[in-house]
Amino acid sequence: MSNNARSAILERLRKAPKKPIPDLPPWSPYVTTTESAFDRFRRMITAVKGEVIETSRANLAATIRQVLADKQASNLLYAPNTDIGKTLDKAWAAEPGPRLVPYDKPIEDLKSVIVNDIDAGITSTMGAIADTGSLIVWPSVDEPRLMSLVPPIHIAVLEVSKMFDSFPEAVAKLGWNKKPPGNTLLISGPSKTADIEGILCFGVHGPKQLVVLAITD
Amino acid sequence: MAQISHDFEHAAIKALGNKQLRTNFRRVMTGLINKRAALFPDPDELQALRARGAAIKDRALAKLPDLLVQLEQNLIANGFHVHWAESVDEGNKIILDILRKANARTIIKGKSMVSEEMHFNHFLEENGVQALESDLGEYIIQLAGEGPSHIVMPAIHKNKDEIGRLFQEKIAGQPYTEDPDELTDAARRVLRQLFANADCGFSGVNFAAADTGSLVLMSNEGNGRMSTHLPSMHIALMGVEKVIERLEDVAPLISLACRSATGQAITTYVNIISGPRRGNEKDGPKEVHLVLLDNGRTKIYNDPELRQGLRCIRCAACMNHCPVYTRIGGHAYQYTYPGPIGEILNPQMQGIEKAGDVLHASSLCGRCSEVCPVKIPLAELIVRLRREAIRPAGTAVKGGGSRNSSVENVVWFGWKTMYASPLLYRWGTWWLRKIGNLLPSGIPLLKQWTSVRSKPQFASRSIYDLARERGIRDE
Ligand code: SF4
Repeated sequence: MSNNARSAILERLRKAPKKPIPDLPPWSPYVTTTESAFDRFRRMITAVKGEVIETSRANLAATIRQVLADKQASNLLYAPNTDIGKTLDKAWAAEPGPRLVPYDKPIEDLKSVIVNDIDAGITSTMGAIADTGSLIVWPSVDEPRLMSLVPPIHIAVLEVSKMFDSFPEAVAKLGWNKKPPGNTLLISGPSKTADIEGILCFGVHGPKQLVVLAITD
Repeated sequence: MAQISHDFEHAAIKALGNKQLRTNFRRVMTGLINKRAALFPDPDELQALRARGAAIKDRALAKLPDLLVQLEQNLIANGFHVHWAESVDEGNKIILDILRKANARTIIKGKSMVSEEMHFNHFLEENGVQALESDLGEYIIQLAGEGPSHIVMPAIHKNKDEIGRLFQEKIAGQPYTEDPDELTDAARRVLRQLFANADCGFSGVNFAAADTGSLVLMSNEGNGRMSTHLPSMHIALMGVEKVIERLEDVAPLISLACRSATGQAITTYVNIISGPRRGNEKDGPKEVHLVLLDNGRTKIYNDPELRQGLRCIRCAACMNHCPVYTRIGGHAYQYTYPGPIGEILNPQMQGIEKAGDVLHASSLCGRCSEVCPVKIPLAELIVRLRREAIRPAGTAVKGGGSRNSSVENVVWFGWKTMYASPLLYRWGTWWLRKIGNLLPSGIPLLKQWTSVRSKPQFASRSIYDLARERGIRDE
């Protein structure tokens, strides 16, 4: 049945009158300021209620501890096999903090915990885009998709050295045009909606708060 | 869906009398217009970006059959299942089969206008599958049993007290509130559990990149991600016109769509989906299906002029700026797509005989064509379709020629003959000057006109005579 549909659709399209293939007129992403890429990123993402906290590699664990305390989060969903995960394990072994919940099993075994019990989740990023104020998040075996989505607070760690000016630049530099990127996300602020009278509300389905920890060294 | 009648005129008149509705639309549309303007401060940049966006879509359309094949190949290589549907019925059946095979009883949906086109929820419900909307706006109208009134903000016809009362009535234990944050929280609570328990997630598609075999989904709420990350199966649905050549081309299109739609630089989430859960991944759907729907699109494609309408990226700027839409709201348009883009799509998808009335919901002011981010000449296409509606035996459009009326033909023939002959013209206007004012307003033809307007007064002397008298000569 659907095979017939396929050939019928393609045949109709092939028989239709041909039109010339236009060239792409030049275009480059719009930049009006001389700010650094990171400053632009920070300005864009804070305008949509993202928070940016500068920190260093050495202070990362302490900064996370501080954020969790400020936000009164009683637990943190983390990826134990990543660098961030190892840093957390080490720091918490020395001085315990809010409960660390590892995302170490398939979602089928963790669903109820992740959907109902988690206050905050922490992930790495592949960098960020200045132009639109977007974090590039690439979920993986170690850092599954839901970590940046389901917890009410998302803490994202950004290395400031990995800034891109624009999305096309990121596509080119990360080689996505040659090799499909897998499942990739651009995240620009906490979840929001304006579906009720056009009034902006945060945290409909995804995180209500997004905290970017920017590592500057 | 609550499509009570397919009579545009009555629906429009009723909507015009609804003060609340007009206030709701006016306020939100004005807000959206201002937000869009603020994000396009530089007219040169806007024009360059529009030219780029239109060319990306035109290139994709020029290569459409090849790109669809390339997309299919790459999607399959990435682990997707790809299905093709010629009609709404076929699309619905394909999806039902997938669900039955997987024994799925509930699906949770991200926003998809194409699924509205298919009356998909209704079809599934009739077949024992529960389809739940998760976009806040769609959730609201599903609770209310209504259809969307806007393609980006489906519940925008409702104000917060109406939504407060609706939630109080439909959500167990929910007290009345008109605080948007509390209402949003209530929806979050209910929908979370539905996401967790649904057998299948469902979504539309904003762009599909042929070169990488990826689907690009934009959302602000995160419900699109919830629907496509959490359940163990994901079905995506798209019109065949959504494919583009290269993943990197989505950047200017996203910029155009977001700035035009809601005055944002970008939506909160842009999700590039390039396959199901792989190897030891811990989450994500184990199966991903894509259904490609025609439903009249290849017919639109067949006409080089009308084909331009397929560039649409569903940003809704045309309706936000439309003086008619702002006054009558989305429901009056009767079919899935409201506003100027609806005036183009509905008659072509449903047939002019059924949905041709909406072609008159335009003053042809041209604001829609001016703001369209992919430069669709909407007003011109509306005129073209009006012509198709009366062109005898027209075949370019479904139901072409169905609005042809012999009375009108006679009238226009008379008008043309009279205006083509100076003698007849002078004779005709002489008579009208003499007896025009004596004609009763109730006579046929005149009656309809005078039911809402006063009858024109004929001057006793023509402007031609007056001009002559002042010594103005024909050039
Ligand atoms: S026709 Fe143009 S303005 Fe209207 S929704 Fe489509 S892209 Fe937007």
